[in-house]
Amino acid sequence: MLLGRTANGLYWMNRYIERAENMARLVDAGLRMALTRTQSASEEWSSVLLSAGSDVTFSQKYSDYTAANVADFLLRDTSNPSSTMAAIETARNNARMVRTALTRETWESINEAWMALKRMLAKPIDERDLPSVLDAIKRETALIRGSFYGTMLRNEIFDFSQLGTYVERADNTARILDVKYYVLLPSISWVGSTLDNYQWESILRSVSAHRSYRWVYDADYKPTNIADYLILNVRMPRSLTFCYRFLSEHLKFLGDDYGERHACHATAEKTQTMLRAGSIKDIFDAGLHEFLANFIRDNTKLGNEIAQDYRFN
Amino acid sequence: MRLAAFDEMLPEVSGLRRPYSAYDRWLKEQDPARLTEKMQDAERVFRKTGITFAVYGEQEASERLIPFDIVPRIISGNEWRRLTQGIEQRVQALNAFLDDIYHRQEILRAGRVPTELIARNEAFLPEMIGVRPPAGVYTHIIGVDIVRISEDEFYVLEDNARTPSGVSYMLENRETMMQLFPELFQKIKVRPVENYPQLLRQSLAAVRPQGTKGAPTIAVLTPGSYNSAYFEHAFLADQMGVQLVEGQDLRVVDGHVAMRTTEGYKQIDVLYRRVDDSFLDPLTFRPDSALGVPGIMDVYRAGNITIANAPGTGIADDKAIYSYMPEIVEFYTGRKAILGNIPTWRCSEPDSLKYVLEHIHELVIKEVHGSGGYGMLVGPAATKKECEAFAKKLQAKPSNYIAQPTLALSTCPILTDKGLAPRHVDLRPYVLVSDRIQIVPGGLTRVALKEGSLVVNSSQGGGTKDTWVLDD
Repeated sequence: MLLGRTANGLYWMNRYIERAENMARLVDAGLRMALTRTQSASEEWSSVLLSAGSDVTFSQKYSDYTAANVADFLLRDTSNPSSTMAAIETARNNARMVRTALTRETWESINEAWMALKRMLAKPIDERDLPSVLDAIKRETALIRGSFYGTMLRNEIFDFSQLGTYVERADNTARILDVKYYVLLPSISWVGSTLDNYQWESILRSVSAHRSYRWVYDADYKPTNIADYLILNVRMPRSLTFCYRFLSEHLKFLGDDYGERHACHATAEKTQTMLRAGSIKDIFDAGLHEFLANFIRDNTKLGNEIAQDYRFN
Repeated sequence: MRLAAFDEMLPEVSGLRRPYSAYDRWLKEQDPARLTEKMQDAERVFRKTGITFAVYGEQEASERLIPFDIVPRIISGNEWRRLTQGIEQRVQALNAFLDDIYHRQEILRAGRVPTELIARNEAFLPEMIGVRPPAGVYTHIIGVDIVRISEDEFYVLEDNARTPSGVSYMLENRETMMQLFPELFQKIKVRPVENYPQLLRQSLAAVRPQGTKGAPTIAVLTPGSYNSAYFEHAFLADQMGVQLVEGQDLRVVDGHVAMRTTEGYKQIDVLYRRVDDSFLDPLTFRPDSALGVPGIMDVYRAGNITIANAPGTGIADDKAIYSYMPEIVEFYTGRKAILGNIPTWRCSEPDSLKYVLEHIHELVIKEVHGSGGYGMLVGPAATKKECEAFAKKLQAKPSNYIAQPTLALSTCPILTDKGLAPRHVDLRPYVLVSDRIQIVPGGLTRVALKEGSLVVNSSQGGGTKDTWVLDD
């Protein structure tokens, strides 16, 4: 038994930790592209913003898609609620609220991440320091994850935390795929072909999968393979199938513990069944964009249902 | 002005005091550079664990640390025994006074305390008249502020009978000291304070409502994570293994207070509330309060929940009542107070007011209802202009103030850049009341870090020290 408000705090704490790291990863991928392909740098940054879902708010504030502006907006601007700094701050506020549910190690790692990033992101980032700042962000979130997995009891507190992590992650992966795929694919007829294009790496890099991709598929970047990897691969920790495997598992634990099933259980199972049955060919035949749009909508619905079913809305 | 203060470690006249002898031997063997390092370690530990407090009115520094000094304040076993006798007597009297004041009011009829002091006091809650809390306990947790001015003279500065804070610092200070100087605790036998959360939990469980079935469900009620003492609320809930709830989590269900959980509403039997009386129940007190629970007072009056401390206990620690404490102790315990009061002028009395105005530069003047060191004047430290301005406020509403002589509070050494230096201290031991009275050996020592300063409040630049009661 957990206070509804505590479940809420755990859920959002983890969503925001995940988001803080995702932003760093997106900027990292963008930076990489901008460095290797100087001509289309501004296009690349614009697609980074699109993937982050922050293009509209960005354009209200800036006119130039430069590394400095985008990094500033996505990493340190606290008026952007999804920026790394804002996300870490929200995560910490939630952690503070649910302190009693966290191990000392977990709380301290979040608090220390907040202190370190606050110091590091206090001033605009010098472009020369950007790689080390991105590393530091990833290191801090990795430390949080490590303390969390290493010390937390696998109970309902853990379950609600993981629900937040995977709902956020699934949303993030689906958006990146949806946005980037169409920016990058010259025409739909290219779908089956091998592309000798560094840009494909940016999709994989956005989800830290550019190396592991080569362990699973050929060294060539094939659009179908990339989509298969990010949507259907069971072992890839940021794929939609992977996220739903764990969402279903933690929802099942909660259902068993409390002896009660809710609407969220049905929704998660439906999506999982759909992912398990599907092949990448089917998805492309029916339309990747439609598939992803449906997925994002159902994923949002799942988040809302979890909040409602466990009384933390 | 410098006062000749009694130093608890090294008094000028008699030299090193016994309780400090073992510590002093150890200290002399230490490398000063290492001690400075340890001091920085301590600060890092506190920041990391997030032991911060908020200072009202300072937006930027919304989370600050209370500075911690690594030199312990040491009390001998004998000194402690004498103190605890006095504290126990006082706490008994406070509870008896509260029970009387909300029932037969015999002390008023006997003329020992003026009736108008109660009747027109905001801390007196008419809603509590005739209500008897579960197990008859009003103040379950008390922090008695004690000052020392010589080898044998201890005085009570203030009784905190509402929601005394700071106990988490007592615990974290000890924890930090044990981390920094494990070898010291092997050399010197210090009585433990670590079991305070267990004692608190047992104490709260012991005063559960009569009708409670099975083990009582206990919760800590906090105003929320933006409250200055939030860290402590979370800390205590965590250490006791109980839920930390906010008003928004609670509501009255079937005549009981219940919290909204992931499995629906669950009944609460004992609520350790860290929310002020006036915010506790919008249906009874402040209607705009979102921090409390609508209807909790009805549940309370029906005997279905224990609220610790009980609503209305503020009447016992009110600064206007304070000056009557010697009479109150004697009235209920039949004996003279073991622990004395600091002589106090009630400015509501014309003769006293006259005296206070004439001696304003020598006195400490406090608001009757104030706390945290806000709204007070330390005469000897104030400029002539400040004294004049304060005198005007005083004349406009004399009953709002009391005055006390500026006492030479005892000092304890702190570690500074230039080595040890004496600073004024006070002491807040924590007392738990259930079917018995328990006092944890130690407490919170607050220290004025500024040289010569007498204000130890954390909101005014005070720090803390670990407090050792020797097992001798």
